[in-house]
Formats: sequence, C-alpha cells, structure tokens
Amino acid sequence: MRHKDIMDLSTFLQQLTNAASLGSLYSLIAIGYTMVYGILRLINFAHGDVFMLGAYVAFYGVASFALPWWIAFIVAIGLTGLFGILLERIAYRPLRDSPRISLMISAIGASFLIENLGVVIFGGRPKSFPSIPLFDTVLNFGSVSVLSVSLFIPAFTLIILFALLFIVNRTKTGMAMRAVSTDVEAARLMAIDVNKVISFTFGIGSLLAALGGIMWSMKYPQLNPLMGIMPGLKCFIAAVIGGIGNIAGAVLGGFLLGFIEIMVAAFLPALTGYRDAFSFVLLILVLIVKPSGLLGKKQTVKV
Amino acid sequence: MKRISFLLAVAVLLCLIPAAAFSQNVVKFGVFEPLTGANAAGGAEELDGVRLAQSLYPTVKVGNTEYKIELAIADNKSDKVEAANAGQSLVDRDKVQVVLGSWGSGLSMAAGPIFRDAKVPAIGLSCTNPLVTKGNPYYFRVCFIDPFQGTVMATYASTNLKAKKAVLIREVSNDYSVGLAKFFSDSFVALTKDKAAIVATLNYNTGDQDFSAQLTQIKSLKANVIFAPGNYTESALIIKQARELGIKTPFLGGDTWEIAEFISVGKTAVEGAVLSTFFDNDAPLTPNSKIFVAEYQKKYGRMPSGTAVLGYDGYLLAIDAIKRAGSIDTVKIRDAIAATRKFPGASGYITFTADSNDPVKSAVIKEVKGGKFMFKTTVNP
Repeated sequence: MRHKDIMDLSTFLQQLTNAASLGSLYSLIAIGYTMVYGILRLINFAHGDVFMLGAYVAFYGVASFALPWWIAFIVAIGLTGLFGILLERIAYRPLRDSPRISLMISAIGASFLIENLGVVIFGGRPKSFPSIPLFDTVLNFGSVSVLSVSLFIPAFTLIILFALLFIVNRTKTGMAMRAVSTDVEAARLMAIDVNKVISFTFGIGSLLAALGGIMWSMKYPQLNPLMGIMPGLKCFIAAVIGGIGNIAGAVLGGFLLGFIEIMVAAFLPALTGYRDAFSFVLLILVLIVKPSGLLGKKQTVKV
Repeated sequence: MKRISFLLAVAVLLCLIPAAAFSQNVVKFGVFEPLTGANAAGGAEELDGVRLAQSLYPTVKVGNTEYKIELAIADNKSDKVEAANAGQSLVDRDKVQVVLGSWGSGLSMAAGPIFRDAKVPAIGLSCTNPLVTKGNPYYFRVCFIDPFQGTVMATYASTNLKAKKAVLIREVSNDYSVGLAKFFSDSFVALTKDKAAIVATLNYNTGDQDFSAQLTQIKSLKANVIFAPGNYTESALIIKQARELGIKTPFLGGDTWEIAEFISVGKTAVEGAVLSTFFDNDAPLTPNSKIFVAEYQKKYGRMPSGTAVLGYDGYLLAIDAIKRAGSIDTVKIRDAIAATRKFPGASGYITFTADSNDPVKSAVIKEVKGGKFMFKTTVNP
C-alpha cells in the first residue's frame, strides 16, 4: 500500500475512532484487573475467564431465558460479581498467608479450571451474541462510521473510573481498602474486617469483568469458552503500562494499547500478523524501562 | 477370613472371564479433529458425519471375522502444537488402524509426519491444502484441493461478478487461508491479464476480533471483490465490521465458511457472501448421497452441511479399504486406500492414482440468502 493512501484525512480520522473504540474496551477490562492488584497485590489471572463467564451468563439470559437485555445484563453482572467473591473464598483466601507465588499459581489454576469447565458446560462451538438494536446501530459522522456500542463503552469506562476513584478515596470502605492494601496485619489490628474488604474488592473487580465481557461480545458477537484469554492478557499489559494498581493508569494504558494496535495495522499492513507480538514487546519494554508503569509510584520495599 | 477373601478372588475372576470371552474383535478409527478452540464448529461438523456413518455401519467384516469399529476421538484444540500431540496419542496410546481428519489443513499437516512415520493411514476429510498429502504416502483425502478451489472462485469473480480488481484478506497463521489466497490470486491475475489485479493483501491472526484497522485501509480502494478465505467466526466478524465501516464490496470465501456459526455470528452482514464448498443436498451424485441426506436428517433433525458429508465419506472409504485389504494391518489398509478407484462416496466418486492421493471432484458454489446457504451452481473440474 502506498504512503499517499494512508495519509488521507478521513481514513486517519476513522483509524483514530477505531483506536478509541478498541482502547476504551481494553480500559474497561483493565480497571478491574488493576484494582484487585492495587488492593491485594495479586495478579488475578482468572480475570479474563470471569470476563468470559459474564458474557455467557448474559447470553443465556437473553437467548435462553428470553429476558429483556437490560435485566439479563444486570443479572449477569450480579451473578458474576458473586462468582468473583466465591472464587476468592475458595481459591485465594486459604492461601492468604502463603508466599505470593502460591497465590499466583492458584490464580493460574483457577483460570484453567474455569476455561475447561466452560468447554464442558457451554461446549466448544462458538455462540453468537444476540443483536441489541440500541448497541448494534451504525452511526455515521461525516465519513467516519462507528458502531453505537463503541460510544457506550468509553462512557461506561469514564463513569466507572470516577466512581471507583470516589469509592477508593472518599468513602469509609475505600479507606479500609487502602488500609488493607498498605498493611493487612495493621488493618486487622485497627478492627477492619479484612475478609469483608477483600470480598468487596473481588466483587467489584468481577462486576467490571462481566460488564467488559458483555460490551466485548456486543462489539464482537462471538462467544467461546477461551474468549477471555487474549483480552485478559491484553488488559494485563494495559494495566502494567499504566502502572499496575493505579486505576487511572489502567484507563490510560488501555487507550494507549488500543491506539498502538490499530496504528500498527494501519501503517504497517505487512506486519499485521504480528500485532499481538507488538503488544507483548511493549510489555517487556515497559517492564525493563519503567517497571512501575506510566502513572505508577515507585515503590521502595522496606526490609 | 481367609476363605472369604479366597471366594472373593474367585468371584472377581469369574466376572472377568465372560468379559474376555465376549470381547469382540475391534478395529479403531482415530478421529483427529478440533473440538475446542477457534475451529471447534468445523471439527464438530465432521464428527457428526463420522458418527452417522458409524451408527449405520458399526462393524466391518474381514474374511470371516467381524470387527467392531470403535472411534478414538482426539481433540487437537485448533492448535498446531496440540495437533502433533493429539496425533501422537492416537498412534501410541489408542493404536488406531486409520485416522480420519482434521478440519483445518494446518492441523493435518502438523500431524502428517507422525502418521507417516508410524505407518498409519490418514484420510483427510475437508483439509484442502495440497501440502497435506504432498510427500506423504500415508495421507489421503476425500475432498478437492485448493488450486482447483482457488480457480473456481477466481473464475466466479471475473466471469460472474465481472471483477477487475480484488483485495485479499488472509489469516496468516492458517496454511489453508494463505494457500487458497495465493491460488485465487494466481488465477485471478491470469484471468484478468492484469499483474496489478490484486490491489491489497491484508493479514490477520486466528482469534483476532478487531479488523477495523485493516478494513479502513481498503475503504478508499476501488476493488470490485474481496476474497477472504479463513476461519468461519473471524470471517463473519470481518464482513460484519466491513459493512459497519460502509464497505459494500462483495465478499467471496472458501469451504470453511459453510458452518452455521458463520451466519449466526455475521447475521444480516453476511447476506450475499459467496463461497465454494463440497456438496449440495439437493444434487445427489451417487446412490450414497441420498442415503446420507435422509439418514442425517433422521439422526440430527437438520440438513447436513458440505463438511459433514466428508466425515461420512471418510468413514465409508476406510471400511471399504479394510474389506479390500482383507486385513487390519495398517500398511495393507494404506495400500488398499491407495488402490481406491471410483468409490461411490456420498459427496461424489473418489479415485486415487499412482501419483496422487487427492481425488478429482466438482465444487459447489453457494450464497448466503435469507440466513441459509443457498445453492448457486456446480463447477466441474
């Protein structure tokens, strides 16, 4: 492809729109990832699989139980939130005092378990997410086209960003969360119910994963039990780029990753097949150059 | 106490004897298919065909001995590394006499050398890339191959659509897609006598979901047709996203599109998509075709796809070869398969020659209309 074609303004605007729409989706999922890490210092590898569960529950709600879409979505988000709490109770709580690496291995195990349960319960054949007119309409702004769901996603992302920042920084629960994040033992001594705080964090993280899963499957209406793996990894990268544990950083990282992925495909069409590789190279670079991420604070570990 | 345990031991032994006495002679068919992952629906279609054939023909008679046919199903997980593992396990653990599959040429190619080294014959069902059987005397197939399929679609593009310029969209990690795109482009360039007839080639990976960047780049190009052979879900998403971006160019594809999920995922966006495939239910080619269509509907309660019929044919061909070999020795079965001449499969006659393990068969062109794959025309080689 010649350079002249690429520089066309309307094409460029369309690519920017594509980037914003993909990036906001990454941001939405990365927020949940980073929040769990911020409070618990646990990389929840099962986040992508919780994301998948959320999408499937919403799918069955709409397709099998014929619920109106908004009820199905609320039910799916609620059930997935409860599932997240259950997951923490079963897979992470018994290991709370073990070395961090055990917790991480448990997370990987939980991830495989959920994926394979998904294959057994939902089947390997992909399902197609029903089309919901409100979200599945093409809007044209001049020469730029965008699917309506792509306008909802950044809106949700921003609402959630500010809601979470409010909860963490301005409420009593948020204060408890920050306390647990700083020192679990000291928090416990201050009469903070650590288990409750952690359950709450997991619940919120899983709610967000479910919302992300539902938005994802409206944009890419194809469900399969392994659908969470790649988005999970991508959002992990987004969270690390932004500074893992930092909620605003996750949003920034998500947008940046979406932007890079779209621009690689747009400007280097011959390398599109390596698009995922670019994301992972970026992860490695960030870890080498600035491990704390763009907005992350440098942490000094007291010995 | 001692006596009780003695009696128990005798009882256990007695239980074992009838099992051994009644145990039948068994011949094992390995079913080597993607049952999870990106190609899961393709593997499921072929397995349906194989299972139907097994329910109709559960045994095979070799000389005076009746052998019960058992299926050893190995999931290659739509992944080339897993495919090699699954192939190895069919050979080593299940000790199968024949392998059927796999959907996805790349997956078949990953396990090809394993079957060859173990001297176990494999019958590819819908894997159309020429490299599957090339240089591998143990791999056969019951479908046509991609140089033919590419020509069929290039001819359709230039004759029926009067297309002068085309865009290719390839799934770069998939040997089938890359190969078929190349055969299409060679043929299309020759037909249009225009070296620049392919105006752009776009790439994506299996499992990708967002194609907006690639598609935006071709929005301004004046192509008359887009050829996008690839996995059914990715292809459906590509067409959906192309329509969302306002690209109205017709899409053409290959046999991997004829999967129900292509339509359920793509919904109205895939209306008008044209593809080549193996079989049309309303145009029986052999006496077996009618039996297949009728029995398939009876068993599954829906119309079969062009992929399922190949699973059925692969199974039938394997039985036929075992009968002709008069043995369940894998090398003898291979020789019998190689000697197949005018075998009346449900999807047409199958003949292998001394230097080709690929049958010559006609292709069917179908179009998505009203949420269904509708027959358009048959193209003979």
